[in-house]
Amino acid sequence: MNSLSRRKFLKITGAVLGTAAALTGTAGMVVKSAKKIDEAKVKGIQKIPTYCDICFWKCGAIAYLKNGKLWKVEGNPIDPLSKGRLCPRGTGGVGAHYDPDRLKSPLIRKSLRGKEEWVEVTWDEAFDYIAEKMNKIKAQYGPESIALFSHGIGGTFFKHTLKAFGTQNISAPSFAQCRGPRDVGFKLTFGEDVSSPERTDIKNAKCIVLIGSHLGENMHNTQVQEFAEAIENGASVIVVDPRYSVAASKAKYYLPIKPGTDLALLLTWMNIIVKENLYDKEFVSRYGFGFEQFTAEISHYTPEWAYVETGIDPELIVKTAHEIARYRPASLIHPGRHATWYGDDTQRSRAIALLNALMGNWGVKGGFYTPVSMDVPSYPYPPYPESKKGKVDNPDNKYPFAHETITNGIREATITGKPYPIKGWFVYATNLIHALPNEEETIKAIQNLDLMVVIDVIPSEIAGWADVVLPESVYLERYDDINVEWFREPFVSLRQPVVDSPHDQKPNWWMAKKLAERLDLQNYYPWNHIEEYIEYRLNAVGYSFEQLKKDGIIPGEKQPIFTEEGALLEFPTPSGKVEFYSLQLAGAGFDPVPKYTKPQEPPPGYFRLLYGRAPVHSFGRTQSNRVLMDMMDENEIWINSDIAHRYGLKSGDYIKLKNIDGIVSNKIKVKATERIRTDCVYMVHGFGHNSKMLKGAYMKGASDAELITQYVIDPLMGGTGMNVNFVTFEVEV
Amino acid sequence: MARFGMVIDTKKCVGCMDCVVACKTENNVPEGFNRDWIVQEVIGKYPDLHMEIRSERCNHCDNPPCVSCCPTGASHVHDLGGVVLVNHKECISCKACLASCPYDARFIHPDGYADKCTLCIHRVEKGMNPACVDVCPTHCMYFGDLDDPNSEVSKLLKSRKHHTNIPAAGTKPQIFYLM
Ligand code: SF4
Repeated sequence: MNSLSRRKFLKITGAVLGTAAALTGTAGMVVKSAKKIDEAKVKGIQKIPTYCDICFWKCGAIAYLKNGKLWKVEGNPIDPLSKGRLCPRGTGGVGAHYDPDRLKSPLIRKSLRGKEEWVEVTWDEAFDYIAEKMNKIKAQYGPESIALFSHGIGGTFFKHTLKAFGTQNISAPSFAQCRGPRDVGFKLTFGEDVSSPERTDIKNAKCIVLIGSHLGENMHNTQVQEFAEAIENGASVIVVDPRYSVAASKAKYYLPIKPGTDLALLLTWMNIIVKENLYDKEFVSRYGFGFEQFTAEISHYTPEWAYVETGIDPELIVKTAHEIARYRPASLIHPGRHATWYGDDTQRSRAIALLNALMGNWGVKGGFYTPVSMDVPSYPYPPYPESKKGKVDNPDNKYPFAHETITNGIREATITGKPYPIKGWFVYATNLIHALPNEEETIKAIQNLDLMVVIDVIPSEIAGWADVVLPESVYLERYDDINVEWFREPFVSLRQPVVDSPHDQKPNWWMAKKLAERLDLQNYYPWNHIEEYIEYRLNAVGYSFEQLKKDGIIPGEKQPIFTEEGALLEFPTPSGKVEFYSLQLAGAGFDPVPKYTKPQEPPPGYFRLLYGRAPVHSFGRTQSNRVLMDMMDENEIWINSDIAHRYGLKSGDYIKLKNIDGIVSNKIKVKATERIRTDCVYMVHGFGHNSKMLKGAYMKGASDAELITQYVIDPLMGGTGMNVNFVTFEVEV
Repeated sequence: MARFGMVIDTKKCVGCMDCVVACKTENNVPEGFNRDWIVQEVIGKYPDLHMEIRSERCNHCDNPPCVSCCPTGASHVHDLGGVVLVNHKECISCKACLASCPYDARFIHPDGYADKCTLCIHRVEKGMNPACVDVCPTHCMYFGDLDDPNSEVSKLLKSRKHHTNIPAAGTKPQIFYLM
């Protein structure tokens, strides 16, 4: 932790708290539920603030109603994340409310799992069914034998109910299938991770290095806004990517790297910067641990060697090393986000962390700032029951640096029954069929379950495998927990209902509470309505719920987010320093300094399958949103023009892809382009839905997830490297 | 007299389509249609490439062929700022304007009239920017009076290199792209 300790920032004084006292304890004033909107009576325009849920960034938004009907959603100008401008997905959020494919009422499976044959049931019937199965599992195996997979803030109350029930097996793919290796790599180096929203000071950076990060296609709002600002300010952008991304088109230097060799480039850059004495000597001598061992370890990574591995011209490697060093400390090597690529991802992330350390940019403008937050305590619930069995996902601490629960570890335990059986899955708002690699294993695990519950707004593929499906209200129709953000400035934001749910959909908090009541856990829900919960949390620190409902955001006092000149930094690593050499890693039998290993080559006639994001879709969750569908309704397979020519393919043709395990994709449109290397192909993730209920998106484009049968587990933290699949073309479709 | 136009900075634009989405919700553009769109123009051979990203729409041309070819006068130049508009009631959806537009900016609305970008005249009349300008997360779009030498758009055109789309068509587009 920096000397600018987070704690110091927590004391936000009550500048904006005028009416709070008057509201405390006035339970009678609380509106019990969102009032039914009588459309005839509401003429004209109404504006209601809330925060977005099309992705997890949680931008502050203002929903507009025209004559009582949802019209449009704009950014909330006082929101520090969106600054009044939502990303295209957030702007298209109206389509989530109107999506005709939404789940409409609770469903119970009628025939075989995965057949998608259902009976509509009442909420009571659904909860009775679930509670009975849960109690049976608890009696036979213990409460730990139920697991929850959850994504986003909406999972808060299901987590609470399941913890109260007695399980700690709660996990999100955002760790082991996404940012986990990055967070572990930074923690091992600086003792802290880069959190979310990332603590990157992009807008003040003078040199920005993106390694596979495709900002602009990946639309995390604040980051893209800051990236554009940096470009306007003339920042030098260096993009390393096998694909000429949008960000590459903004770059001063584009490095067309061979997939899987980023670590070779990073180690070489560091070797050059160290050898030529271009690094921040003061920072390193003050805060560096094991720098000599580190320099010895990396000394053999020369540009000529790196050229053979990466395919990048040695002169360009040297030139970009100089460019990076030239702008330090305002040189930012972006840590990326979706980092589960090759199975050595934690070590690659560590190398990224170390290159940043050489720039001395921790806590510095143009580098990494220290995020601040408001101090809003959690609701005081009774303590959760303790489990003697511990978590199921990481037996014997096999992955010693996993600091979150490993989804694929739970899946593995569900298949093998070891270290103990898992018999129930709750899946909240995450399509595990698309999120986890190797669909077959996921289905195998599901077939071992006695209970499988999916809670979602749309009938995703995973819903098709459920025993019970619970339809959730979309974010524009519900409250969620307040968002107490860690960011550049402290603030609290509110998600509140803007319109009614069109059918029998219910908010997650209501479902989680009802289920708890069925399980005799009502003492864990001392409140009747989430409004009481929110009001309690706000009042505890003297904020006004009424004000939050009106403004959507309560800003806190600005705090310093950069280290003052001369202040001493502290790093919560074992050495208290930045660990260039990691004794922790050495002790656990891993490389204490990252080492390069060669990636596997594609077999002849095969291409490495790479995937990424489109700015108009979030994961596999938005393809049936009719507004966003009109932006992009299918994905394409990017094939280098020369390769396409060799196969007689042109843009607009449809082909199928076949991977080395013989899995054949749905048909996908060819994009023959100069913008990609010849040894790989690329597609946007989230398409190729085969859930029949998802009518708008059904069979449009292909699913990368389906082709990701191979994966390499990161031995440090259990993440699944997924860029290790090779595909060939089936031209006859 | 004001002459409204837009200046779009291709250096900052990331082609995210937020402008397209915002237009769609602002103006209730029907499913299956968009009034604006993104073009990514790539030149070169991998890896030596250059790409220009443009948010495109009706160019509100100063010499609009869609207006001169309209048999009913439905396609017209608005008094305010020279914006090219379509009067829905007078339109017989003969599609002459669709054929005459070199930018393919028009489509027939399912309700039976030629439709396209209005520069959000309903907002502009209230002193606001078009929806696409105000939504852009990269702040790459500027709207204003091209006849006013002190407007932001005029200043940008004076200080930066720029181009219009298909100038050879002689339509005198009022949407400019900074390069
Ligand atoms: S980044 Fe976009 S989708 Fe995500 S919360 Fe913000 S506006 Fe919504």
